[in-house]
Amino acid sequence: MSGYRLAEGGRIDRSRTVRFRWGGQPYEGHPGDTLASALLANGVSIVGRSFKYHRPRGLLGAGLEEPNALLQLGDGATTVPNRKATEVELFDGLSASAVNAWPSPELDLMAVNGLVKRFIPAAFYYKTFTWPHWRWFEPAIRKAAGLGRAPEAADPDRYDQRHAHEDLLVVGGGLAGLAAALEAARAGRQVLLVEGDALLGGAIFGRQSADDRAEAERLAAALSALPNVTLKTRTLAVGYHDHNLLSLVERLTDHLPEDRRRGPRQRLWKVRAGEVVLATGAIERPLVFDGNDLPGVMLASAAGLYLERHAVAPGRRVVLACNNDRAWGAALALAEAGVRVEAILEARAEVEPALLAAARGAGIVVETGTTVLQALGRRGVTGVRTTRLDAQGHATGEGRRLPCDCLLMSGGFSPVVHLHSQAGGSLGWDEGLQAFVPGAQPQACRSVGAAAGDLDLSIRPLWHVARAGADPSPSAWVDFQNDVTAGDVALAHREAFRSVEHLKRYTTLGMASDQGKTSNVNGLAIMGTLLGKAPADVGTTRFRPPYDPSTMGAYAGLRRGDLLRPAAGLPAHAAHEALGAVFEEYGHWLRPAFYPRAGEGEARAVAREAAAVRASAGLFDASPLGKIAVKGPDAATFLDRIYVGTISTLKPGRCRYGLMLNEHGILFDDGVVARIAEDHFLVGTTSGHAAAVQAAFQEWLQCEWTGLAVASENVTQGWAVMNVAGPHARTILQSLETDIDLSADAFPHLAHREGTLEGVHCRIQRVSFTGELSFEVAVPTRYGLALHARLMEAGAPFGITPFGVEALMILRTEKGFLHLGSDTDGMTLPQDIGFGGPVTTKKVDFVGRRSCLRPDGQRADRRQFVGLESLDGRLLPVGAHVLRPGEAAPGRSQGWVTSSVNSPNLGRPHALAMIEAGQSRLGEEICVWDLGTSHRARIVDPCAFDPEGVRMHG
Amino acid sequence: MLNIDCPYCGPRAESEYRCGGESLIQRPALDCSDAEWADYLYTRNNPKGVHIERWHHVHGCGMWFNAARSTVTHQIFATWGMTDPVPELPE
Repeated sequence: MSGYRLAEGGRIDRSRTVRFRWGGQPYEGHPGDTLASALLANGVSIVGRSFKYHRPRGLLGAGLEEPNALLQLGDGATTVPNRKATEVELFDGLSASAVNAWPSPELDLMAVNGLVKRFIPAAFYYKTFTWPHWRWFEPAIRKAAGLGRAPEAADPDRYDQRHAHEDLLVVGGGLAGLAAALEAARAGRQVLLVEGDALLGGAIFGRQSADDRAEAERLAAALSALPNVTLKTRTLAVGYHDHNLLSLVERLTDHLPEDRRRGPRQRLWKVRAGEVVLATGAIERPLVFDGNDLPGVMLASAAGLYLERHAVAPGRRVVLACNNDRAWGAALALAEAGVRVEAILEARAEVEPALLAAARGAGIVVETGTTVLQALGRRGVTGVRTTRLDAQGHATGEGRRLPCDCLLMSGGFSPVVHLHSQAGGSLGWDEGLQAFVPGAQPQACRSVGAAAGDLDLSIRPLWHVARAGADPSPSAWVDFQNDVTAGDVALAHREAFRSVEHLKRYTTLGMASDQGKTSNVNGLAIMGTLLGKAPADVGTTRFRPPYDPSTMGAYAGLRRGDLLRPAAGLPAHAAHEALGAVFEEYGHWLRPAFYPRAGEGEARAVAREAAAVRASAGLFDASPLGKIAVKGPDAATFLDRIYVGTISTLKPGRCRYGLMLNEHGILFDDGVVARIAEDHFLVGTTSGHAAAVQAAFQEWLQCEWTGLAVASENVTQGWAVMNVAGPHARTILQSLETDIDLSADAFPHLAHREGTLEGVHCRIQRVSFTGELSFEVAVPTRYGLALHARLMEAGAPFGITPFGVEALMILRTEKGFLHLGSDTDGMTLPQDIGFGGPVTTKKVDFVGRRSCLRPDGQRADRRQFVGLESLDGRLLPVGAHVLRPGEAAPGRSQGWVTSSVNSPNLGRPHALAMIEAGQSRLGEEICVWDLGTSHRARIVDPCAFDPEGVRMHG
Repeated sequence: MLNIDCPYCGPRAESEYRCGGESLIQRPALDCSDAEWADYLYTRNNPKGVHIERWHHVHGCGMWFNAARSTVTHQIFATWGMTDPVPELPE
């Protein structure tokens, strides 16, 4: 092909020059060019290499249907693979190269694949690389086949997302779409019209007549003047979802030179529309004959568009092969523009007299009942061999040889029914059009214009050019992007992959990034001829979003990096930071894990903190502990039905530890519930679980126990909670100004008090997860930082030590306090952890109770919560399995280690575990096996420190 | 993405809701048989057609409500409050 720019015409700005690079070489174009039109204008004929055989390929289309001109745009972090040259607007400094060629599309060393092409047909890989295993071969094959390179650095661009609600969404800014929009807008409806292209007006047959263009401009001007209309170009509807929700991708800066890009790169619109009008046009189909993928063989509509919009001729000697009247327009327009059109090869036997006269007037030879048997040439088309078609459409005899450097083809038009199909619409076969057209549509949506099959076409079906009785040819391409030939379709038929879904997967027909826009109908029609079925009876595969490949960034929007899942900070975060805390995410909370001193590693810091709490006093930020206020006359009744234990007997001012189950009896949450008043409870939940507990409360209250007068609210983030723990905890707290009597008699363990502390309203609970004398002091969140500072100051004389989550885990493990989710799992019932009493004795039903009573819950060999003493002095690994003594793996696992610490206060390791019938096996020696290493251990009580609880109750 | 008509807020996008599965399931009393309890826990209707399910407007008013939805077309025939009577529905 030797494309070139015509001296006049086109909708380009010839007064300005745009400089760009293709494959490293400098080229020039004009504003208004696409990369494809600019390459064509520069005479670049090979724009890529095919996916599998690395055959040289030129431009086939001019729009989103283009299968060949896939390119890598830009470089570094912003590089984009597999953009189509036809959709890339030219800008100054643009740099691109072909995706599937090395070192260049002109000299592609991978083309060796093409030499052995007849040995690698469809399914070759499935059949051949099976021994010893596909994965041995996969990397090399993928490298040779792949399309483009994903950027390796993080995407520096920003992507925006917006929602919109419209009375009417019109997809497609051609004449049909513009007219539908104007009609609705004049009736007062709120209308959004979107067009993927940069220009309104459309181009159904590749070009617009002057009349059509004037009409499009008139409609667009009328729409622009209306306040209830929004027109968006460069905005492509890619997905049609349930209930008339469409996703649109708006390209905001892609068409600008890089130094002029500001703001988000793209914007994903989610539009909910009362009604949708699909005016998505039609796509021309190739003819299927030998050599139809040679550079220089192009869709007639594409040539028309390059001519009309960009004033580019696709070649100097043009031949058109077609089977319909609409394709003639492109050839006639080229001739009118001074391009030499050698011949029109028309498959139909009869041609409209007006077309014949026009062609003859332009000096074009017309041959009817004739088509192309073969396109000739190696790196580009140099001629065609023609053939006569008999009445059945078979090639008969060998016609003449016509030299040309550009072969235009048209096998008919397929309405763009993708969005209609995504919406759930059915398709029907239109015999007159030889195409699938929209059928019934369950959503509030209609198709108009060419998309509805409103095309007025005279066509003779011609699916594959072959002699009578000959097999479909392995040199005639159906799917250009995935290198699927008519011969591959025949192979699938021979090997019984005949359903359209099997055909697709066996040959990869239509599975490329163009989703078969130019290939699906040809492929299934060829299968139809092999099966003796009409295309309607072969059917189509289902269309799925996105209509055209879209950037992942647009779907992610701002939900990436730190914003993907923002961590919640503590009210006293700054104080922890100042103390040198190492932060970790626990649940969604960013919390101090430990506070290392200079030269201290994690283990030493954690051990120091855990020892200091028992020796003197520690300060722990417990703000993430969930707090749910439960109020109302039926609050106690409600909580009796929620907790395993009885709550209604709790006196105001007192707290109680409680367990919650889900309806399957499985432990769901635990914590301390305080009764503030007769009708007011404060439910404590585990950190990070408050929202789930509140959601469960609401589901029970709203859906099951609708008669209970109870309100619940998650108040976790309203309070900052500091836990002062250790022998000096009371003394430290007493040095602050408070109206609460903190003495042991007045404020016993598991009591709840309200009052003021340093002039601020506070709630104090005497509860302990460390086993020490312990107060949880809660103040409104805004005083959290101040409270932390006051407690550090007041505790300074006692060497108060801030401690993090890791030290807390050591302290609670020493005490054998259960940590839900660490020591329990999705199979743990309350009786497994020693809380089975209420399951049989409680007066009222509670959530999950009935499930605990099933036979499985009563088994004697259920895994039970116990402690483990290491007999050889080594730390027992968490997750290690418990076997009988002396038993070597693989023995039957009797349970596993759930928590394990090197205890600084015991001076030895201590572990917790779930072991079959463990509670009845205290004192028994077992074997703990982990990754080939055995440990000796003894089953003991979970609590290894201060078993009488003297310190906690002191 | 479905467009769901919350009885309290009006139509909102599905992303504001959480689906709670089949609705109108009777919770048996504590003295029921193991089989009855298992049926309550595990057996669910899976109709091709109208499915009555409950939804939680979790990123909205926080209310639970019932919806009748076609499992074939996703059409939602009605939404109603948890304690309201079941409206007339297609087969």
